[in-house]
Amino acid sequence: MKLGICVLEGPYQHEASDTAYNFAVAALEKGHEIFRIFFYHDGVNNATRLMVPPQDDRHIQQRWSELAEKHDLDLVVCVAAAQRRGILDEDEMKRHGKDANNIAPGFRISGLGQLIEAEIECDRVVFFGD
Amino acid sequence: MAMLHTVNKSPYQCDTLESCLKHVGDGDVVLLIEDGVYAAMKGGKAAELIANANGVKICVLSADVKARGLEGKLIDGVEVVDYGGFVDLVVETDKTQAWL
Amino acid sequence: MSEVKNFLYVNRKAPHGTIYALESLEVVLIGAAFEQDVALAFLDDGVFQLVKGWDTSELGVKNFQPAYTALGDYDISKVYVERESLEERGLTEDDLIEMTYEDEDDDWAEKSSIRIVSREEMAQIMRDSDVILSF
Repeated sequence: MKLGICVLEGPYQHEASDTAYNFAVAALEKGHEIFRIFFYHDGVNNATRLMVPPQDDRHIQQRWSELAEKHDLDLVVCVAAAQRRGILDEDEMKRHGKDANNIAPGFRISGLGQLIEAEIECDRVVFFGD
Repeated sequence: MAMLHTVNKSPYQCDTLESCLKHVGDGDVVLLIEDGVYAAMKGGKAAELIANANGVKICVLSADVKARGLEGKLIDGVEVVDYGGFVDLVVETDKTQAWL
Repeated sequence: MSEVKNFLYVNRKAPHGTIYALESLEVVLIGAAFEQDVALAFLDDGVFQLVKGWDTSELGVKNFQPAYTALGDYDISKVYVERESLEERGLTEDDLIEMTYEDEDDDWAEKSSIRIVSREEMAQIMRDSDVILSF
């Protein structure tokens, strides 16, 4: 089945990112296709490569990036939500005259239309938030 | 047309589970995840709500039950599922509503 | 893209306390361009999003309530508000903002988009939709 996932909460602060990740891994193990994982609200904070969690803790961003690489997943960060919270890629950095960007490998920044498209294209979309 | 409802809030924090259960239909499944699993405790505040949820299957996510030390404290008849079981519930029902 | 789906946006959170209400509204506005069949549901604390008379000046945040009243311009004409949720909060329809749309099947007559529904009807509306976006 073609599944979509929407993550609405930030890493570490809330369990939603963990639940969503574990759900995604289980869905892939069962042979389902994950059409897209969309990060919105504080969920966009999952995409910063600058997080440095303690070594004995899970690395939430790296975990997403590795899963994306292994399964060729489409990890999309909402541009409007990302701008509010300081998540930038190279293009956004230049466009807004900022001195750095922080998006992690495997993530891309795009519009809310990507969430709507996922709802149209997927058999199911599951939301994880607060 | 069965639906899967996920509830992630403790019943001691808010009425989310109660609201969810007022909107479910026959054949629906309610999956308690994250702090929502506290609702499935024997002798707890939500025990009666869950006992009265006729025609609705109540499930809890095993990872959240174990992480909170709730194994052995669950209401009889509540089904424990792992993440794979969560995926199966999403697939077997027609749509999923997250009661955030 | 595939066939038209029935989208239901479920709003259960109060405004301002978290960003859920505002960012949900932003999805609705963007989603309107996709020509799907869109409806909005307000229940539980979500009904507070429609209580009129916001003044956010002292709080220092933008008042996004006018965006709700503009939804009619985006061809969104189905706004379901749960009666029990209103009653539990001591509210009536008179406490809510006006939301209208122009009915193209009735010589573009201006009509209210707000439909007060019972909890039972709300449950059925959820059941009848193809996809539910929960914020």
